[in-house]
Amino acid sequence: MMSFLSYFISGVSLGSIYAIIALGYTMVYGIARMLNFAHGDVIMIGGFAIFTAVTTMGLPPMAGILIGVVVCTVLGVTIERVAYRPLRGASSLAVLITAIGISYLLQNVALLIFGSNSHQFTSVVNLPNLVLADGKLNISSTTIVAIAACIVIMIALTTFINKTRTGQAMLAVSEDRGAASLMGIDVNKTIAVTFAIGSALAAIAGALLCSAYPSLTPYTGSMPGIKAFTAAVFGGIGSIPGALLGGIILGVIENLSKAYISSQLSDAIVFAVLIIVLLVRPTGILGRQINEKV
Amino acid sequence: MDAKRIRIQNGITYGMVIAFWVVIQIMDKTGNLSSLLKGLLVPLCMYAILAVSLNLTVGILGELSLGHAGFMCLGAFSGAFFTNCMEAAMPSAGLRFFLALILGAVVAGIFGLLIGIPVLRLKGDYLAIVTLAFGEIIKNLINVMYVGRDAAGFHFSNKDAMSLGMDDTGVVIVKGAQGITGTPRAATFTIGILLLLLTLFIVLNLINSRTGRAIMSIRDNRIAAESIGINITKYKLMAFSISAALAGMAGVLYAHSLSTLQATSNNFGYNKSILILVFVVLGGLGNMRGSIIAAVVLTALPEMLRGLNDYRMLIYAIVLIIMTIFNSSPKAIEMRSVLMDKLRHKKAAGKEAA
Repeated sequence: MMSFLSYFISGVSLGSIYAIIALGYTMVYGIARMLNFAHGDVIMIGGFAIFTAVTTMGLPPMAGILIGVVVCTVLGVTIERVAYRPLRGASSLAVLITAIGISYLLQNVALLIFGSNSHQFTSVVNLPNLVLADGKLNISSTTIVAIAACIVIMIALTTFINKTRTGQAMLAVSEDRGAASLMGIDVNKTIAVTFAIGSALAAIAGALLCSAYPSLTPYTGSMPGIKAFTAAVFGGIGSIPGALLGGIILGVIENLSKAYISSQLSDAIVFAVLIIVLLVRPTGILGRQINEKV
Repeated sequence: MDAKRIRIQNGITYGMVIAFWVVIQIMDKTGNLSSLLKGLLVPLCMYAILAVSLNLTVGILGELSLGHAGFMCLGAFSGAFFTNCMEAAMPSAGLRFFLALILGAVVAGIFGLLIGIPVLRLKGDYLAIVTLAFGEIIKNLINVMYVGRDAAGFHFSNKDAMSLGMDDTGVVIVKGAQGITGTPRAATFTIGILLLLLTLFIVLNLINSRTGRAIMSIRDNRIAAESIGINITKYKLMAFSISAALAGMAGVLYAHSLSTLQATSNNFGYNKSILILVFVVLGGLGNMRGSIIAAVVLTALPEMLRGLNDYRMLIYAIVLIIMTIFNSSPKAIEMRSVLMDKLRHKKAAGKEAA
């Protein structure tokens, strides 16, 4: 029972990281209607930025995270400006291919700078582990911080979107881009802000991910990126509570199937659950049903 | 397009492939073929087949699939499995390879149908993620699969070779993550070109048939197509499973060009599916000739840049981004059409002056 609980909690923690990454996917999808395949690699760049700041330059972890957030935000906005904005109005497939190009580009830049060897990432969380039930349940501090970070981010983001003018502009653009621009909303600026927020979250996700799984390579971001994308689709892409729900369900399923079924098949099980959910609810758990008009 | 122009266009496509074969043959005979290029020939054919077959799904049917490598994986493993099983029973290597190709295509086609039935109800990006998921599931399942054969027949396991429980005559054929080893390397460039021509023949004829027009009408307007009595499910499944079967065939070709076949993420992961999608999009949706050219150029490019070592994939990425922006950005398209108009005016002016 205790081991189940511990797998479950670490699953929730992994799921929280997926949820933070999924937020980046889901916001960009909701507002710019594009699959940002490079998002996973922004996480990796964030990881390397923090690694350089903390391990190489010896800065405190908090400063490292701050540097990571700044680097990723600048990177995200630059990518949007240079690669995605020229393609606004082009077919979604062209945008997808550009995103894939950016993903290759980031991986190879990291490969050139840091090499293909795995780097040992020092955890940014420096707290004692939580021991419960007379030592039977040992929860690592990284796990707790990941869950806490996810909750804080969710609350902050929901407040931001519902209470600020920029947040409302984001909602309007995601609802109807044309109408929003007629109402005087600067669509380009709103999309840039979305990318900035998504990429800043990617840096935080990178810090948490690398603290939980400390080996950092240029390909670190790609599989968690795909999983988080799955989580976003699972919860209903474009929906912020959906990203949270999808991320946590996915993390729990992955961890439990690793523990009780097969570690080799855990990815297959995660994807199989995704397929089943989409077949029953074709737009995800919390996705909106859109009726097609002639 | 009228029938005559279609025939000419298709003729150019076939001619291009045959001309490529002739050039390579001449280069080979005169000793101008580098070993680097020689090693690339079968993969070039394979990628061209994959690109043409994926273009059937993405360009003609209009559905985004990110699981093409999964079908290729199925074909590769069933083909290699067949060849290895039949080594004793069927002495002719050519016949074995031929039957393996058919089997690989049939297995991938059947799976295409089975996966297509539930999945093709989804639309757009949802379909994309589900096909990606299927591709990953296929790869993962093959990685834990063990198959052996002894006097009593076939044995299966999903744990390890020991739990197959075979007697002394047993041979393990599929060894989980180690895959299938010892497949004879029967794939040649000529066979690859013949398969590419066969793929083109199937796809081009399909497009220009009544069936093909029905499929394209679904792409252009599903509701309108349905309202004039086109059976959407039937035609979608048909296009999807033909595309899967052709990918399976390419997989068999691939399996017979390597001595060790493993289901790694490099071989059959979603990255491979994305790579094929890149060929299709850059070659032009629905344009089979473009798919072949893009597959050949983009497969050869990183190899040709090998001298630049670490920078080659970086250059590849930048080329990919710039090409897409130049090809598809609304501003670039406008600029191009203005330029074309100017050129045309100049020509017309020149003619008038003369």
